[in-house]
Amino acid sequence: MSPLDLLVVAPLVFMVLSLLAGGWQRSLLALAIATMAALSVWLMTLDPGTAHVVGGWELPLGVLLRADGLAQMLVPAVTLTAGLTGLYALHQFAPESHASNAQTAAFWPLYYLMWSAANAAFLTTDLFNLYVTLEMASIAAVAMAAMGSVRAALRYLLIALLGSIFYLLGVALILSRYGTVDVTLLAGMAEADFATALALALMTGGLLVKAALFPLHGWLPPAHAAAPAPASALLSGLVVKIGFVITVRLWFEGLAAAATPAGLHVLGGIGALAILFGSLQAIRQESLKALVAYSTVAQIGYLFLAFPLIAGAGHAWAGLSFHAVAHMIAKAAMFLAAGLMLKAAAGPRIADLAGLARAMPLTVTAFGLAAVSLMGLPPSGGFSAKFLLVDAALRQGQAIHAAVMLIGGLLAAVYLFRPLAVAFSGSETPVVPPKAPSMVAAPLALALAALLLGFAGGPLADLATGGAPATVAPEPLPALEDTVETASEDEQ
Amino acid sequence: MSLVFDLVLCLMILGTAAASLLMRSALGGIVFFIAFGNLLGIAWLSLGAVNVALAEIAIGAGVTGILLILAHARLSAMGDPVECEPTSPWMRAAVAVICGGLIVLLSVAVLSISPTDRMGAQIATLMPALGIENPVTGVLLAFRAYDTLLETFVLLGALVAVWAIAPPGGWPQRPASLAIATPVSLTVIGTFSRVLLPASLVMAAYLVWTGSDLPGGAFQGGTVLAGGILVAALGGAIALPRADDMRLRSVLVLGPAMFLGIGLGGIALGRFLSYPVGLEKALIVAIEYALALSIGATLALLVAGKPVPPAAVQEGGD
Repeated sequence: MSPLDLLVVAPLVFMVLSLLAGGWQRSLLALAIATMAALSVWLMTLDPGTAHVVGGWELPLGVLLRADGLAQMLVPAVTLTAGLTGLYALHQFAPESHASNAQTAAFWPLYYLMWSAANAAFLTTDLFNLYVTLEMASIAAVAMAAMGSVRAALRYLLIALLGSIFYLLGVALILSRYGTVDVTLLAGMAEADFATALALALMTGGLLVKAALFPLHGWLPPAHAAAPAPASALLSGLVVKIGFVITVRLWFEGLAAAATPAGLHVLGGIGALAILFGSLQAIRQESLKALVAYSTVAQIGYLFLAFPLIAGAGHAWAGLSFHAVAHMIAKAAMFLAAGLMLKAAAGPRIADLAGLARAMPLTVTAFGLAAVSLMGLPPSGGFSAKFLLVDAALRQGQAIHAAVMLIGGLLAAVYLFRPLAVAFSGSETPVVPPKAPSMVAAPLALALAALLLGFAGGPLADLATGGAPATVAPEPLPALEDTVETASEDEQ
Repeated sequence: MSLVFDLVLCLMILGTAAASLLMRSALGGIVFFIAFGNLLGIAWLSLGAVNVALAEIAIGAGVTGILLILAHARLSAMGDPVECEPTSPWMRAAVAVICGGLIVLLSVAVLSISPTDRMGAQIATLMPALGIENPVTGVLLAFRAYDTLLETFVLLGALVAVWAIAPPGGWPQRPASLAIATPVSLTVIGTFSRVLLPASLVMAAYLVWTGSDLPGGAFQGGTVLAGGILVAALGGAIALPRADDMRLRSVLVLGPAMFLGIGLGGIALGRFLSYPVGLEKALIVAIEYALALSIGATLALLVAGKPVPPAAVQEGGD
């Protein structure tokens, strides 16, 4: 028995059950959260690098599942994010209405499909299997986006399919060139020839669409802003990370031989532009959910800005893994909190939030705590991630990268303080409809988790570096506190 | 096959592709697209990939063709003229340059590769233990059963995604009726489909059974079944079920659930999705039959579309 395949299979079992027993979603969700939490804990106790083939069919034919540091961080984060989002969704998609409401009936099976897809994508090292997981996630994501806006969802579907085709073209080239699609095998045999470079470029292009990296982000803000809050939380938290993680598997492990420094710098440069563009767009938004959606465009930029820093001095790999986790949790918290605030507010605009801080203090607190992590203020998970990245950039003399990250933090403060300031403004307390306790608790718990993640910085950074691919700088990792001291000494 | 045959085939494929793109009438474009799919199937045949050929003709030409024709009929029924807007010359030029460049790059890359087949030998040594002869089935249901399992859930998820966009009042009703509006055509197709539906069931069963040793299998069988169901619905011989019909739900999840169940049973023997020695063929065939039923029902409902309010059921396409 192994948690690696069960983490993928268990949500699928729940998907089948949710299709057969629509009225039992509450019990199913409780059972699913308990099961997935137990499996996640089991996963974290495995030695980094633990791997096995599915069904006992050996490589290069079979499919390898592996628990490396990145997966051991992301899968438990998915459990936390999806689990709490599910508790929130029990109210938005109340199981009692499954017989009369199509969205309720469709949400729960798609929710489990997406959960399975995220775990499957983070745990497999097989490029073709990753394609299947992309399809699982895309189908669920497009359908959830369609619950808000069919138009935005159709656009998302078409562009996601285009991304899939480019990715699949690359996989086909790799298969005929090397006779295998397993990342761990490719790592030992990939060469920097034309076919490999083209395959890498095609796959990366397709994945950047899925990860919504600027300038391929156009589909994300309308889809994420229009979707119901729990769907937005899953789309921004889970789905965009899948494209990102596959890109990482290609560039730093499977096809690292063809990943030239120039290519890494191009991705880093695009990441920098994404931070600036996404932040500036977020500042310009009038609607709260559009603001949060553009914030995702900006935060995805950090993930790619880190690419040219990975192989150099410092701990960019840990920072990158950390940022993926911190953003997943904080952004889910923010979308859920925004959903509650908008339900209570008079309209979708930021100006409509006036006085909400007095009417729903816990929800606005959750929004604020999530904002702390997204801005990268201590002691949050976002701070640890950005600190490690800025530190790595400075050590490598990449002042521009460091500056962009710091400016991005400032811009995030600008766009995130605005809704908070409005929520605290005025002197009247608007009357808001009462909310179920678990609906208020879910974003608060996620935001607290994002905040507390910073305190677990050292162990988590160790976890990320454990089982990291060979291309990552093999420098031993000091405790985070030591790093802080060294950095301040460096400045002196 | 002979060079002349291949050349003629290539010309016909390019010709039908160009015709379906350039045709101003959408219906004409669809007809050429179906012809294009069938020709592609023949191309796969001439390359010796019979399984791919079957899938291409059944899904690429058959089911997709019905889907496009139905979409055309429904759009026409809404009153909009279904014409392709003329694209700007700059747009055409840009698309031509991008596609042309990609084709050149891909051709250079493909020609630079001397194909390595590292898996063929491995498959050949593993096949005898499975007790089946068709290596494609071996890959789909054993060596890479994990991919196939996840794919079956993609298909199921696609149908749930269609449900998600049911209009207000449409849930959990039936999809819009597919029955043809013209009485004469309805009678002809109705009579024909009463023969075709049982025949497609037999043919699907045959394709799944023969898929163990010869080209065929659950996907091909399921598609043939979906075709039979769709023609019967077009002829008014059957009514499509309500989305909350528990019998329907059971059929939809039967294949994926059986696959999961047998996979989980493997844990008792050591690994998820490992088959007990001696029972490989029996379990594979059982999964395939269940999958074919589920795939057939899912594909047919995917083509039929979202549930609609009862009043709209009769306003289907023609």
